Formats: sequence, structure tokens, C-alpha cells
Amino acid sequence: MAESKTPLLDELEKGPWPSFVADIKMAAKRKATTMDLLNVLELSYKEKIVHWKHGGIVGVMGYGGGVVGRYVDQPDKFPGVENFHTIRVNQPAGWYYSSTAMRTLCDIWDKHGSGMTNFHGSTGDIILLGTNTDALQPCFDDLSEAGFDLGGSGSALRTPSTCAGPGRCEWACYDNLQVCYDLTQKYQMELHRPMWPYKFKMKFSGCPNDCVASVARSDMAFIGTWRDAIRVDAAAVKAYAAGELKANGGAHEEHVKLDIQKDVVDLCPTQCMSWDGDKLSINNAECNRCMHCINCMPRALRPGADQGCTILLGAKAPILNGALMSSVIIPFMPREKMTPVSDELAEFIENTWEFWDENAKFRERIGEMIERIGLRVYLKGMGIKAIPQMVKEPRSNPYFFWWPEELGLESNEEEDDD
Amino acid sequence: MPAKTDIGPPYFKDFMSDLVKKNYGQWLYHEIEKPGVMVHVAESGDKLWSVRVGGARLICTDRVRDYCELADEFCGGHFRFTSRHNVEFLVEDQAKLQPLIDKLTAKGYPIGGTGCSITSIVHTQGWVHCHTPATDASGVVKSVMDELIDYFKGMKLPAQLRIALACCLNMCGAVHCSDIAILGMHRLPPKVDPEKVPKMCEVPSTIGSCPTAAIKPDPKTKSVKVNGERCMYCGNCYTMCPAMPLADSENDGISLWVGGKVSSARTAPRFSKLAVPYLPNNPPRWPETVEAIKNIVEKYAAGAKRYERVGDWIERIGWEKFFEVTGIEFTDKHIDDFGEAGSYGITTLRRTTMFKFTSHIK
Repeated sequence: MAESKTPLLDELEKGPWPSFVADIKMAAKRKATTMDLLNVLELSYKEKIVHWKHGGIVGVMGYGGGVVGRYVDQPDKFPGVENFHTIRVNQPAGWYYSSTAMRTLCDIWDKHGSGMTNFHGSTGDIILLGTNTDALQPCFDDLSEAGFDLGGSGSALRTPSTCAGPGRCEWACYDNLQVCYDLTQKYQMELHRPMWPYKFKMKFSGCPNDCVASVARSDMAFIGTWRDAIRVDAAAVKAYAAGELKANGGAHEEHVKLDIQKDVVDLCPTQCMSWDGDKLSINNAECNRCMHCINCMPRALRPGADQGCTILLGAKAPILNGALMSSVIIPFMPREKMTPVSDELAEFIENTWEFWDENAKFRERIGEMIERIGLRVYLKGMGIKAIPQMVKEPRSNPYFFWWPEELGLESNEEEDDD
Repeated sequence: MPAKTDIGPPYFKDFMSDLVKKNYGQWLYHEIEKPGVMVHVAESGDKLWSVRVGGARLICTDRVRDYCELADEFCGGHFRFTSRHNVEFLVEDQAKLQPLIDKLTAKGYPIGGTGCSITSIVHTQGWVHCHTPATDASGVVKSVMDELIDYFKGMKLPAQLRIALACCLNMCGAVHCSDIAILGMHRLPPKVDPEKVPKMCEVPSTIGSCPTAAIKPDPKTKSVKVNGERCMYCGNCYTMCPAMPLADSENDGISLWVGGKVSSARTAPRFSKLAVPYLPNNPPRWPETVEAIKNIVEKYAAGAKRYERVGDWIERIGWEKFFEVTGIEFTDKHIDDFGEAGSYGITTLRRTTMFKFTSHIK
């Protein structure tokens, strides 16, 4: 038997966790060129350095994104992956699949590409990892014929993504799957043709548990919430107290009895609950809907019935001035205004994009722009009134300024239009 | 005939089973029956079991076809993925639940990742396919999960523990709000090849690509110069200009960050904070990184109260105690001095006498 050319990576075939090395080898059995992916990686493992380059405009007809160009830095040594681009395919909302559709996708990728994939990329797309420049258009043609389209890349709307939602979760406070789909369809132009200062991400979580990390990862985050009372099944509360139901929705390995006072009431961040050993009382006007009690007792407690979502703006990863989380802009949009997409929702999104496009510097995310110009400037531009829900606390420094019209002076807005 | 453009994603309901469509938005409650197995019960009384399986993020179509076969045999062809690269097989017939579990187990697929577990690690491409990584992603993740797999298959921790990896500080994986974040770190600015730059690169756009204006033209060589003090190792210039690679065999490595979260349960979402500034790249198994993560997980498991996430635990005991309990060395790298006139550091310095005595005070 010939000596392995990838002794370092072979080590990663061992051990109990599924091995990506085994998968690359499996794909390489059908497509010899894919073996060069492993060979390049082996060199990286040996030299502790990367061997991929970005560059070159590659893509498909009519689109300005969806393909990420990738070239190996030693094409003579690794001809199989000389150019080895990524195709981003827009995933179905909530990542639900049928085996029929998935096999179609695999057939297309086996025909045109390396056979390697990510389910899914960081933004949420299906990642078809590695094919050459000539294969891009035929691959896209087949994808399109089968009902799939490309996702976003570059300074465009990035592929919106969302959690399991009402398809399989009782906590979805709006139809996050449908609104994610509807807005993705509505904004195909913005998704496929980069024309903004920088990227713009949208994520939709059904409840404040935020399974798609929208608060940390999206420029515009939609997080489900409610504004009436938590729905209580008093009999089920008693069943938890008696230990008949498993604490924390069964999240602990052993059958743990829920201590309603200690585990629920005492850990409530607003102290809006009390338990007299028989009845759980909730002062809903003081509740900030953190989900803890509901997470602990999913059979007894449910989000209220007057549901909708909170819209937040501005999250991003650290480059340039440190990471940002999104912050509250629209405290509550009723679910009826999310699906079907209302004029109010569409106007909020489009006006925000327009304001950002006009005011941001090159490569400035909306959160950075707001940090630079101040939230009040965005709010004024959007015609949104400041409310205390937008801040953790008011400022402690005296460096604030008045609008000219507040001082009876002429507004200088005309000058801004120059 | 040209391809249709702008058709958008397939409609998600076209991929759902009749039972899921029937009970859409009508789910009543759920319970984790055992690690990796959840049941969702609808108002109609219908039940749907989800069996969660961990996997590599980087998988081949043969693997995906295997998922399809399993879904056909046990789930009427229906399955989904989670936001953390897990597969969930959606079982409607309870009689098929155990046979599915048996078959998955026989095939070596790990079942778990629910409740108070460590679920699959969200990660980026690393050396497999990125151009600016400071470390690999898939190999580090595989090494860490091989070691921590019992925490995936069990639910023994005080609360859920989410690990994420990004291979450089561009953080495609947005790891900055994880219980434990693994982050690739460059420690040197890009190395300019003054002969190649004028031939291979458009100098103005290379200069323009730098977010900190650290790149200036070098009229002598018609190349560029990098101001090392301003560079933050983002690799944007390398994206534009392949003649100024950022990666460095000896100096690149890994940092670890702890205590972040995204959910609002009990406490607001939080950023992860620096725990370990540097660990060497040591492929193929990154033993130093695996050991450091295992240590943090074990100290957290022993010290935290039930329902406390890693960040909740550290906040309760104090950071000085965290460094003592874990034995992680505290350095000047941990003190935040980034930003104009210390605007960031100002919020992280201790401006009270309320601290705990630890072995740091001699």
C-alpha cells in the first residue's frame, strides 16, 4: 500500500466526532480533483499557514454576488484546485429540507463541483465549496432550473436567515419563516446586486431565546415578543411543583424536580413573580419577557397571545472599532404587520437603507454609522421618536446638543441637502 | 436559454411534511425526552420527535445523501439543520424513533446537543478555504469535540454551553457572544513584497482597502508601506493584493474568550471576554487549545449553579476568581486599552475597592 500523502490530516480521521477529513476523502473517490483540497490542507498543517488567495471577479450572468472567488497560491502543485470558488445558495427558511430536493441539489453539485459543502455557512446559506470558473454558469443554470437561487455576498443584502419558527416551535411569536421568505423575495435586487456602502444582514428569531443570534449577528434583528400576559396552565404548574414533569423542559440529564421558588421565582430578573406553594402569580406589567420561566416550564407557561416582534439595529463583528450588538429601535410591531409584509414594515426597512446609503462612509456598517453620527440623527431622519426603551440608561456626560428649531433658530437642514 | 434569475429561495413549506404543515403555528409545548431527542406536542395532540445529530460543518454530498436515506427510512423524507450545524431528523411515527436512534448509533453519528450540553461548534472555513485565517477551523473543532463529546451526548452541565470558532478577527462566525469563543489571532502586520506589489496589485485600491489607513504609498519602489502600529490584522489588503500576505507560520495562533451569550434569558446578551490571549498553532490536534477549553469547561461545571451560563458564573464569583480557579495567567493583554483616549478601557477598570483577595495579590 502506498504511503499516505496526508499523514497529519489522517490523524483527524481518528476519534469519535465526525471527521471532515473522511468526508473529503469520500468526495475525492468520485472526483479526483477534490483530493487536491486535502493535499493543500496537508501543506497548511505542515507549514502552519494558509494557501488560499482571494481575487478575480467571478460570478454568473446578471448577478453581482453569490460567488466567492478562491485561488490556490501554488497552482502548479495543486492543479485540481487552481481556481476553486464557493457558490452560496439561498437556503429554505428555517433550514427545512425534503430528501427529494436535497438529492437534486447533490446531483447538481456532483455534476458541477467538488462534492464538498457546508450545511450551512455562517450567514445561513447552503455553501457549495469549490468549483472552477467555467463551471459557475452551468451550475447556476441547473440550480435555477431546479428552483434554487444564489445568496448574497459583497456590499449587498446578505441572505436573510431565521430559526425553526412556527414549523416546530411553540415560542415563535410571529411567522418568522414566512416573513423571512417574503422579504427575501421582495428584495432580490438588493440581495443579488451589491450597491450599498457595505453588507447588510437581517435575521429573524421567533422569541427572545434568539436561536439565530440575531442580536449579535445582524444589522437588522427581528426578535419575537408579546405584550399581554404570559399564558399559564395552573394544573401543569402544580405538576412541575410535584415533580411529575421534568424541570427546565427536560434539559438536565437526570430527572430534576423543579423548585419553583428557587429555580423560577428567585431567578426572575424583574422579580415579578411569586409562588405560595400552590399558585404562581405573575405581575405581567413588570415582566420584561426574558423567557426564563417559560424555558423552565414549557408545559405550564407560554408567551402571551398578543404577539409581534421587536426590531433592533446595528450588530456587527469587531472590525473596525470593536463588535456591536443590535439595539432597540421599534419596540413592538404586531405580528399582523409582519405577514403579509405591511407598508409600515417595508417603509421602515427601505427608509433605513436609504438613510444608511446616504449617510454612511464606504465600508461602514449601519451600527458604526449610528455610533459615529449619533442615534438621535438617525431617529430624526427616520421620524422616529426617542423612547426610554432604546437605552439602558440616559447619558452621564453633559455633551448633548439642541436642534436649531428647538432654540427658535432656522433649521439648517437645507444646507444638508447640498 | 438563459437561466431564470431572482427566483429567490425555494418555499420552505414545500419541504415540510403534512403533519408539520397541519400543526404550523399550533405547537403547544415540547420536552427533551433524553439527550438529543425532543418531542413537540401540538394543540391537535399530534407529536413530532426531533433526533439531533452532531456533524462536521464541512461534509460531502455522500454524507448528505446518507442523511436523505435515513430521512426516507424513518422520517418520510423530512429533516432540517439547526443554526449550529446539527442535523435534526423529524420523526412522526413513534415506532420508528428507537430504530432510527439505533441506526444512527450504529453508523457512528453522535446524538445529543440538547439542553445542558455542549452542542456542535459554530465555525468558519480556516485553512480549508479562507484567505486570511490565523488558524484552521475544522481541525480545531474536530479535536475539541473529540475531547468534549461526552458533554455533547449528555446534559450534565449547569446550563447550555455554546462554543464557536472564527479563524481571524473578521469573525465570520460572529463568535463574540459565545460561552467560549476560539479566535484565530495574527500577531504581525502583512509582509509586503515590494517587487510583486507594483506588478500584481492596484496600489490605490490596496491603500483604500485598509480600514485604519495604515497603508501608504512607497514612491521609491512603487509599492506600499504598512504602519505596523496602526495595523489590526484584518487582511483586507491581502484580499485586494496577494503580494502582501498576512499569515505567519510561527506567530499566528489562537485566543480564547469566555462568558458571552445571545439569549435574553435572565440576563441581557453579553460579549465574550478575553481569557487566554495566545496559544500556538499545533496541528493536527491543537493539544494546548483542547486542554485549555477542557479546563474552563470542567471548572465551570464544578463551580456554577444550575441555570448559570459561563458568564453568569464568572459575574457572580468575579473575574479575579475566574483567573484563580482556572489557573489562567492574567496579563496586561487582558486590560482593555483600545479606542480613542481609553474610551473602551474606562468602562472595564475597577473603580471600587470591592475586589476579592486571590493568589494574584502577593
